[in-house]
Amino acid sequence: MTLEAPRTSATQFDTDELVINMGPQHPSTHGVLRVVLKLDGERVIDADCVIGYIHRGIEKLSENRDWTQIILLTDRMDYVAAATNNLGYCQTVEKLMQIEVPRRARYIRTVLAELQRIASHCLWLGTHAMDIGAMTVLLYAFREREFVLDLFEEFCGARLTYNAMRIGGLPLDIPPGWDRKVLSFCDLMEGKLNDYETLLTNNRIWLKRTRGVGVIGGDEAIGLGLCGPPLRGSGVPRDVRKDEPYAAYDELEFNVPLGTRGDTYDRYLIRMDEFRESIRLIRQAVEGIPEGPIMGKVPRLIKPPAGETYHAIESPKGELGYFIVSDGKSTNPYRFRVRPPSFCNLQGLKRLVTGHLVADVVALIGTIDIVLGEVDR
Amino acid sequence: MAEAIVFWTLAVLILGLGIMVISARSAVHSVLFLVVNFLLVAVLYVMLNAEFVAVIQVLVYAGGIVVLYLFVVMLVSLKKAPERYADPRRVAWTGTLLAGAVLLEVVAIVVASSGGGEPAATEGALGAADTPFAECGAGPLVSCNTEQLGWVLYTSYLIPFEVASMLLLVAMIGAIVLAKRHL
Amino acid sequence: MMDTVVVPLLKIAVLLNAVLVAVTFLVLMERKVIAWAQSRLGPMRVGPYGILQAIADPIKLILKEDITPARADKYVFTLAPIMSLVPALVVFSVVPFGPDPFYYVSDINVGLLFVISVTSIGVYGIILGGWASNSKYPLLASLRASAQLISYEIAVTMTLVSVILTTGTLSLVGIVEAQREGGLWFAFVQPVALMLVFIGGLAETNRAPFDLPEAETELTGGFHTEYSGMRFSLFFLAEYANMIVISAVVVIMFFGGWLAPFPNVPALSFLGLVPAWIWFIGKIFLFLYVFIWIRATLPRYRYDQLMGLGWKVLIPIAIGNLVVTGILKVAL
Repeated sequence: MTLEAPRTSATQFDTDELVINMGPQHPSTHGVLRVVLKLDGERVIDADCVIGYIHRGIEKLSENRDWTQIILLTDRMDYVAAATNNLGYCQTVEKLMQIEVPRRARYIRTVLAELQRIASHCLWLGTHAMDIGAMTVLLYAFREREFVLDLFEEFCGARLTYNAMRIGGLPLDIPPGWDRKVLSFCDLMEGKLNDYETLLTNNRIWLKRTRGVGVIGGDEAIGLGLCGPPLRGSGVPRDVRKDEPYAAYDELEFNVPLGTRGDTYDRYLIRMDEFRESIRLIRQAVEGIPEGPIMGKVPRLIKPPAGETYHAIESPKGELGYFIVSDGKSTNPYRFRVRPPSFCNLQGLKRLVTGHLVADVVALIGTIDIVLGEVDR
Repeated sequence: MAEAIVFWTLAVLILGLGIMVISARSAVHSVLFLVVNFLLVAVLYVMLNAEFVAVIQVLVYAGGIVVLYLFVVMLVSLKKAPERYADPRRVAWTGTLLAGAVLLEVVAIVVASSGGGEPAATEGALGAADTPFAECGAGPLVSCNTEQLGWVLYTSYLIPFEVASMLLLVAMIGAIVLAKRHL
Repeated sequence: MMDTVVVPLLKIAVLLNAVLVAVTFLVLMERKVIAWAQSRLGPMRVGPYGILQAIADPIKLILKEDITPARADKYVFTLAPIMSLVPALVVFSVVPFGPDPFYYVSDINVGLLFVISVTSIGVYGIILGGWASNSKYPLLASLRASAQLISYEIAVTMTLVSVILTTGTLSLVGIVEAQREGGLWFAFVQPVALMLVFIGGLAETNRAPFDLPEAETELTGGFHTEYSGMRFSLFFLAEYANMIVISAVVVIMFFGGWLAPFPNVPALSFLGLVPAWIWFIGKIFLFLYVFIWIRATLPRYRYDQLMGLGWKVLIPIAIGNLVVTGILKVAL
């Protein structure tokens, strides 16, 4: 259906706009996001995001921690994808210090990052479907996410905040037999993906609820600073893994799924494809893990030379960038700044929801896939 | 005797609720009293053995139309009345005039029908119907009043019935046109 | 005196208790079925396999604090849950559980219309509950509810007319008898009507995928957001009682009520050994299962799509079905 702007003819009756507070306590705002909606009937004519409810000052805290301790703090940003946060930070410091990471560590990092992408997308799929009313998908997706968490637990002992990387490599080698388990998880996950798609992809109600909802063009998406699946859904081929390869991505084969219409359905399809691409990547990476050390040559006292650097990776949510300034004298960063994909994507929310109905707001919050821990930091 | 007691109780309740409808301070409360009023009127119909009419009264008036009233009342803020209705004397005058007109109309109908006009016509219509109620005639009227009503509507009152439905159709189209300026 | 007052009162007492107990177990059934659909176990703690959960839930609800919001309309707020539950229970007075007068409270000649009209009163509970809470989400929900229920009522009533054309009676007992005499359930005679009534029934009971008035993920619970304790559970009871009513209507209209399957096939006559009321209740539970199954499977419609489906799809099909039925009735 086509969406028209709020009708002006309605104003000849004496109607008021209804201002409604969605959140911070609301089941579908994925945390403590507060959206102040201005409604004309059920149509949204304006939306304002109020954030900061779980601001913990991670960036400022980091300026008073030494370089290794910061890894722990990055866990707490996007807490459903802690391993990619670790990866982004460690690579930024490695770039600053020009440390060469051994090939084995880079492969294992890739496996962890892609496993993390699957876990994060599972959570997105479940909550997104739940918001739109398909509650069974939530339980299915969480069941599979549990397997990923088991794999992480076996690797580093933690299930949520992994602290799984170190500057220069990895703290631990993979346990024996772990690669087998990862591969068998890949087989399992492929079958389960078909299950999810049976429930949703061709479901008429799902199509009605997602197709044509929150359409955004490529140029506008770039203008709003969107990244990750929301940007690729509008057909912009931007994926940091392809454009500025890191870890082992330049040695592995994968496609970057792109959308055409830029609506919620396209963003859904893209993430479903990303599941499959991640599985493909994991298979290649696990098969190709070379022998060798897992830590590069890192000085005992990490003290990067004076200078600044920006490095971005493709987290499950989009482009996760770290900007770090070192003064070369102290053992902690002079300035630490994160470019969180959730925060940037959240900027698009106002543009996406305007003109849509209340029910679409929850679908659109779901489709941009935010984690408030990362938005607020 | 029992019937008389029930009737008078109902009558008093219905009138009392009618007064409550116009005197309640909150518009939503008014509508609520109206619903109960309609339900009690439906009970009156049951006492007249007109179960079909009673059920339709509940279905159409209580279950449909008043829900729409409620819809409107809830949507429109009634805190501040529009300016031109603000003059209490004018409201009182208009109200009295309208009420008088309705009263006259009711009296006229009662006088006219007690003269033996309409019931006779109904009887005639039923008499004219040759067979469909052959088996009903002997038994109690109750079991067949739906059929009888249908029969009367589609024979002797066919033209008024069709005119009424045309009127409703026109009203419906009018409402759609008003609500949706650009189709 | 015995026959006109005492026996009906006894029947009503038994029926009301049976319905309310059935509702508590229906909640348990819903939790269990959905759990199984989602590869979970569902309630397992209270009693063997969680069976006593059906009793623990109501006790919990009764013991909970009953909060009235400070700026709510107190009388309407209290009245709303009652207005929602009473019609749902009243309807059972005309539902025939078996062929003899012993199995029903009354058989009135406009039974079907009675069911439709009394259930249509139930919407007041939802509308007023949302309005009286003096809160924005419930208000939005009650607006949704009123529009939804009125629209789907038209479609369902229109469809039922075509079934009435086939039977020639509005009495629920008469409709089942007509299927016995015809030897064929109306599900096979009026399949389109069955679909329409079932879809409309889902919408009228606010069940998924039409559960917009209480959409948890959009309106945080909808019209009963501000309700707690026993008043909340009255809404809950009403919803499940309405589910039973809709299932009963569908079974009576289309699946031969208390009749065993294929009553005219001699080879299957042994099915008649099972008491009629067990067939009836069994069929009802089959439909309740379908209700739950649908809830576990489908996403939710959006408000405008729901109205579009009602007015642009269901009502035209209902009218078409009515016209075709009328033509066939005259032609055959």
